[in-house]
Amino acid sequence: MGQHTMTVTQGDFASAIQSDTPTLVDFWAEWCGPCKMMNGPLEELAEENTGKLNIAKLNIDENPGVASAHSVMSIPTMIVFQNGEEKRRLIGARSKSQLAAELAEFTN
Amino acid sequence: MSEKMIIIGSGPAGLTAAIYAARAGLEPLMVEGMERGGQLMITTDVENFPGFPDGVMGPDLMEQIRKQAERFGTRIITSNVSEVDFSERPFKVWVGKDLYEADSIIISTGASARWLGVPGEKQLTGYGVSACATCDGFFFRDKELIVVGGGDSAMEEALFLTKFASKVTVVHRRDEFRASTIMSDRVLKHPKIEVIWNAEVAEVYGDTVVQGVKLKSRTDGEVVDFATDGVFVAIGHDPNTKIFVDKLELDEDGYIVTEPGRTETTVEGVYAAGDVTDKVYRQAITAAGLGCQAALDAERWLESHH
Repeated sequence: MGQHTMTVTQGDFASAIQSDTPTLVDFWAEWCGPCKMMNGPLEELAEENTGKLNIAKLNIDENPGVASAHSVMSIPTMIVFQNGEEKRRLIGARSKSQLAAELAEFTN
Repeated sequence: MSEKMIIIGSGPAGLTAAIYAARAGLEPLMVEGMERGGQLMITTDVENFPGFPDGVMGPDLMEQIRKQAERFGTRIITSNVSEVDFSERPFKVWVGKDLYEADSIIISTGASARWLGVPGEKQLTGYGVSACATCDGFFFRDKELIVVGGGDSAMEEALFLTKFASKVTVVHRRDEFRASTIMSDRVLKHPKIEVIWNAEVAEVYGDTVVQGVKLKSRTDGEVVDFATDGVFVAIGHDPNTKIFVDKLELDEDGYIVTEPGRTETTVEGVYAAGDVTDKVYRQAITAAGLGCQAALDAERWLESHH
């Protein structure tokens, strides 16, 4: 997707979130303005935290089942998974600095 | 090094001010905020902005206006202003830790959706409680929803949600809408929409997602449970003026006070345009008009003071 973020689909979602490395999944859609505002911050954070935090993007129009399976009812929603478990959920767009602060436990 | 002008906010008011200021050679710097484009970014069809006989999508309109501002040289920072100091010139504007200074400021930070402030609302925001039908309606296909409010926003949200929901119930605390006639009529005639008059939402409840609300009657105080899958709040907007408290005069509702019919605030060199100051009209076109006025007011003032 971006240079440092990856795309996930319903096909590889399950294995992507099994990773030992914390993996943030960004649920987004083309018609969601606030989702697109997150592209820049997520790209930068992915680059700055290579190896510590994976950032993956899931398009909910193309992969509707995954969103509802995880009770995603508003986008953007960003869920950090590790070893298959949900560790942190962030709902709504936010600035890069706020996002970085909220993800500090995974990146430090 | 000081800017000639900083514009705070990037809705129709701010961007129109930028177009005029840039064309006047003022080289404006805009801090567009994290929710750039303003309230039109979260609506779909805009039918009443002049120039579009077939309507225009809010985000598309804002993108065009933003491109227009950039065409004439507006520089844009995609971040929020965290603090300001208008006590002396040049004025100071902090974007995080970065300090910018300017000879003139145009404030066009607009207004944000108001919340109910009832138990359960905050906890269930994102889990069935929303203030944006276009953002979240997608997730409620074939579900039952309520929309709280009686103005044009509530009417628009209710009508938009009928595309997804099996049923939409508008809950309004009075016995008639304050929305425009055309919008009220569409809602009242819609087969999927019902209205509960003279009622308020007293609480939102649900374990992990919204399961219902408690509705309180304004006529006899009776409280009933009303099952629903989602609550869309559309009860109005509050001006985004938190960072301007004690920096310039605000009215009792938080709107920036300006010279009647003009854009001058109580601080010379600082101007206000759009929904951050206008609580009467609050239209995209009136905001754009005020943005133009603010740029012209600022330009003339700068000319006479330098």
